[in-house]
Amino acid sequence: MIEEIYRAEYGRAVSVLTRVLGDLDLAEEAVQDAFTTAAEQWPVKGVPPAPAGWIITTARNRAIDRLRRETKGHEKHAQAALLQHEPEEEVGDVPDDRLRLIFTCCHPSLALQAQVALTLKLLGGLTTAEIARAFLVPEPTMAQRIVRAKGKIRAARIPYRVPRDADLPERLKAVLAVVYLIFNEGYLDKQELAGEAIRLGRVLAQLMPDEPEVWGLLALMLLVASRRDARVVDGSLVPLAEQDRSRWDANLIAEGQDIVRRCLRWNRPGPYQLQAAINAVHSDPPTDWHQVVALYDQLLAITPSPVVALHRAVAVAEVDGPAVALREVEALDLDRYHLFHAVRADLLQRLGEDPTAAWEAALERAEHPAERDLLRKRLGLAADEQDRADDGDQPDDDPQPRGNATGV
Amino acid sequence: MTQKYLLSIYQPDGEVPPPEILDPIMANLETLNEEMRAKGAWVFAVGLHPPSTATVLRAKDDDVLMTDGPFTEGKEHIGGFTIIQAADLDEALEWGRKLATVLNPLSVEVRPIAFA
Repeated sequence: MIEEIYRAEYGRAVSVLTRVLGDLDLAEEAVQDAFTTAAEQWPVKGVPPAPAGWIITTARNRAIDRLRRETKGHEKHAQAALLQHEPEEEVGDVPDDRLRLIFTCCHPSLALQAQVALTLKLLGGLTTAEIARAFLVPEPTMAQRIVRAKGKIRAARIPYRVPRDADLPERLKAVLAVVYLIFNEGYLDKQELAGEAIRLGRVLAQLMPDEPEVWGLLALMLLVASRRDARVVDGSLVPLAEQDRSRWDANLIAEGQDIVRRCLRWNRPGPYQLQAAINAVHSDPPTDWHQVVALYDQLLAITPSPVVALHRAVAVAEVDGPAVALREVEALDLDRYHLFHAVRADLLQRLGEDPTAAWEAALERAEHPAERDLLRKRLGLAADEQDRADDGDQPDDDPQPRGNATGV
Repeated sequence: MTQKYLLSIYQPDGEVPPPEILDPIMANLETLNEEMRAKGAWVFAVGLHPPSTATVLRAKDDDVLMTDGPFTEGKEHIGGFTIIQAADLDEALEWGRKLATVLNPLSVEVRPIAFA
C-alpha cells in the first residue's frame, strides 16, 4: 500500500514541496520524512482517507519544524515564518508542479545523463542505488552525478517553471527524449524502468493534453511494450513475423491504437506520433506494408536520418522486393550500426546470395545479449540454409526502439 | 533578487581577424552591450590582449613563482568577458545566446558568480 502510494505520489509531493521550500534537497528530505512517518503510523492508525494529501501536508509540517529547530540566525527564522503562508497559487497555463519539476530536471543546460538521473530520482522516486544499477554505473558515480546536477540547478538558478510558449516546443522535445531514453533503456530487460517511463508518459499526457507528440510518445511506448513478452523469449529476440501473437498484450494495443487514431484526427504529425502509427499498423496483422512505407516516408521527411531510412528499407523489401531494398540499404552510411548489417544480411539471403559475412558484421557490432543471441541463431541458419534462399526468413524488423528513428 | 553571471568568450589563439571582418563584429557587440544596459542586465564587459601577453604567478613557500604565458596550454583562451545580472539561468542563457550569435563562431561560457 505504502509502496504503491510512494511510486504514484512521490514525484507530486517533491514537486509541491520544491515550490513551497524553494529547494530540491529540502523537498526530498521532507517527503522522505513524511513517508517514514507513514510507514510507522499507517499500519497502526490505518491509511488516511487522502493519503497523497496527507503526505504533502506532513512533509510540509516536517520541513517547517526542521527549519525552526535548525534556526539560529534571523534569516532562517524569517524563512520558517515565510513558509507558513500558503504560497500564492500561480495562475498559468499549467497548474501542476510536476510539470515544473520535469522541465527543471530536463533543462538543456544539464547533461543528458544528469537529466535522466534527476527525472528518475525526483519524479519517479527511484533511489540512487536503483538508478545506478539500471544504468550499470557504480553507485558513488551516480550519487556524484545527481549531487552535481542539483548543485548546478541551485547555483546557476535553473528556473522552476514551465517554459514560456516560445521555448516550449524545443524544451518539450528534450523532456520527451529523456522519457523515451528511459523507456529504451528498460524495454528489453529492465521492465521497471520501462514501466516508469510509461508512467511518466501518462503524467505528461495528463498535464499537457493538447500536445500531440506527448500522446504520440505514450502510444509508441504502449505499443512497443505490448509485444514485449512475445519479443523476448528465453533471453533471445524474436522477429515480428515469428512472434507468438497470443502473447501480445491486447489492452496495451487497444489503448495505443486508440491514441494513434486520436492523433490522426489532430493532424499535427510528429516523429513520435508517426513511429506510434507504424507500430499500430504492425499491431494489426497482417501488416499493411504499403501503409508502413508511407508512414516512414513522412517520418523521413520530418527527421531525415539514415536509421529511419534503414527501417523504411525493411518495409520497402515487402512492397517492392529485396533487390530494391538492398540498393537503398547499401546507399546508407551506417557501417557502425549492427542493424544495418543484419538488414543487409537478410536481404542478401532472400536474393540467394551469401549473407554470412553480413551476419558476422552485425554480430561484431551488436551489444545487447538478446540481440546477439538472435544474430548468432541467424548465423547458424545462414550457414545451414545457404542453398535454400527463398525461405522468407525475416530480419529483426520489429520496429522497436534502440536507436530507432527519433532523429537524435 | 538577481544573480550575476560571467559570460566568458573563448577564442582561438593566433592572428586577429582583419578590420573588414572585425569591425562589423565589434559594432554588433557594442549594440548588444547597449541593449544589455537598456534592460539593466549589463554589469561590466572587457576585451583582453592575446594570451601571449599574460604572466602567471603562484606562491610557493616564501617565494612567488613567475612564468611567461597563459596558465593553461591550449588552442583557445579567454578573449574577453561580460558580466550580467539576470533573474535566472534562462534569462542569462538568452543573453549568452545573443553574445554567441554576435561573436559567431566563438564559444561563450555562462557561469554563475558565487560572490562579488
